[in-house]
Amino acid sequence: MSNVPSDLKYISSHEWVREEDDGTVTIGITDHAQELLGDVVYVELPEVDSEVALEDELAVVESVKAASDIYAPLSGTIIAVNEDLEDAPETVNSSPYDDGWMFKMKPSEPSELDGLLDSESYQNEIED
Amino acid sequence: MGLQTPFYQNHLDANAKVVDFGGWDMPLHYGSQMDEHHIVREDAGMFDVSHMTVVEVTGKQAKPYLQFLLANDVDKLQKSGKALYSGMLNEQGFVIDDLIVYFINETHYRVVVNASTRKKDLKWMNLQATNFEVAVDENNDFAMIAVQGPNAIEKANAAFSSQQQSDVEGLGVFFAADSDGFFIARTGYTGEDGYEIMVPADKASEFWNKLLAAGVKPCGLGARDTLRLEAGMNLYGNDMDETVSPLEANMAWTIAWQPEERDFIGKSALLAEKERGVANKLVGLVLEGRGVIRAHMKVLVDGIGEGETTSGTMSPTLKKSIGMARVPKATGDSVMLEIRGKQIPAKVVKPSFVRKGQALV
Repeated sequence: MSNVPSDLKYISSHEWVREEDDGTVTIGITDHAQELLGDVVYVELPEVDSEVALEDELAVVESVKAASDIYAPLSGTIIAVNEDLEDAPETVNSSPYDDGWMFKMKPSEPSELDGLLDSESYQNEIED
Repeated sequence: MGLQTPFYQNHLDANAKVVDFGGWDMPLHYGSQMDEHHIVREDAGMFDVSHMTVVEVTGKQAKPYLQFLLANDVDKLQKSGKALYSGMLNEQGFVIDDLIVYFINETHYRVVVNASTRKKDLKWMNLQATNFEVAVDENNDFAMIAVQGPNAIEKANAAFSSQQQSDVEGLGVFFAADSDGFFIARTGYTGEDGYEIMVPADKASEFWNKLLAAGVKPCGLGARDTLRLEAGMNLYGNDMDETVSPLEANMAWTIAWQPEERDFIGKSALLAEKERGVANKLVGLVLEGRGVIRAHMKVLVDGIGEGETTSGTMSPTLKKSIGMARVPKATGDSVMLEIRGKQIPAKVVKPSFVRKGQALV
């Protein structure tokens, strides 16, 4: 059974979004996603300061068996990336919601936050 | 639901992630493909390979039949139990399958072919058998398990009967022993020492449990693929198939040109190809930038042309991405790979990356 924390928001392509107190957001992939992928061996992250639009392909996570694109759940600017993942991509498996975070954004269209799924809706999607 | 091997319940008991593989329900991994890979490089792992096909070739003309059917020459097999790796080619000189043939005696050879090619292999072998006094029969009595790793021999021994222990003592590499109903071969597909063991189907599950008790860990098809790629061993359907000559698949060493008077299927096509000049070669690649090599990526060879990757992965042992690619014959020691729209440099090496736990590149 996958872990779907209730304090996060989600999109159907298995990214999670955490709203921070300072108005920025942190993004990663869900426990369910890392289970589907298997052992993660490579993560390619976006450039800091790049401007991204909703649903842009931003990053790549590759496991032993497949490559998977990570999509922007929101429009905005990339303000930080988790460089530790370059040397320790397996952190995405061991800690998908904490140490395995991928990047932080400053959203440019805060209204897009309303389009994200809550934990219950995401849980329902992955159970289908 | 697909076909199930005699180890199916053992897989479920070991929490396997089961996937369809050529019509068979097979374990992809039992939790972590990466851990399973390392277990085989460092200790001992076991793989269910029962989906592979065992074919018995028997009869007065078994030997001349196989000498005509295969590009390698079974005349090299003089001792009972000795094994030989060979390509089985069509008349155009392309690879129908790669296989291992075991010499039992002059009128009995045991052939192991791939799972995905079972149907066409049997059809082809039967078609070619019409001109020989020979019988070609699929043998479904066995389950097959590969026990691989530096401690594989010792741990498998603990699961054998005392008769088997004495029969495999001193068994050479690429030799098999027929013992107590088991057929125990010192072969493998990982680059490590170990056995591939045919077990009577009704004893399979029990033998698995004995191996477990001896400390051999279950490993899935996922690890099998990264291990074979590190070892630089071809995977049929990826690195070669019916559109590829063995001369372009790093299989030239499996073609027996001597004695000259021996004819085999595909020989004239291969001779013509050599005459024209072989256009491509299969090489190993080690990625020098960041990324992961996968099959079917474009390879750019400066000033020479283009090629294509046939296999690729992130090597768990080397922690670098490795792969195989078919490139123009004149390709030197470096190429560029097109990965997600970017060009990343890769070093060209002999396709053999890890053997017996040691990095070769």
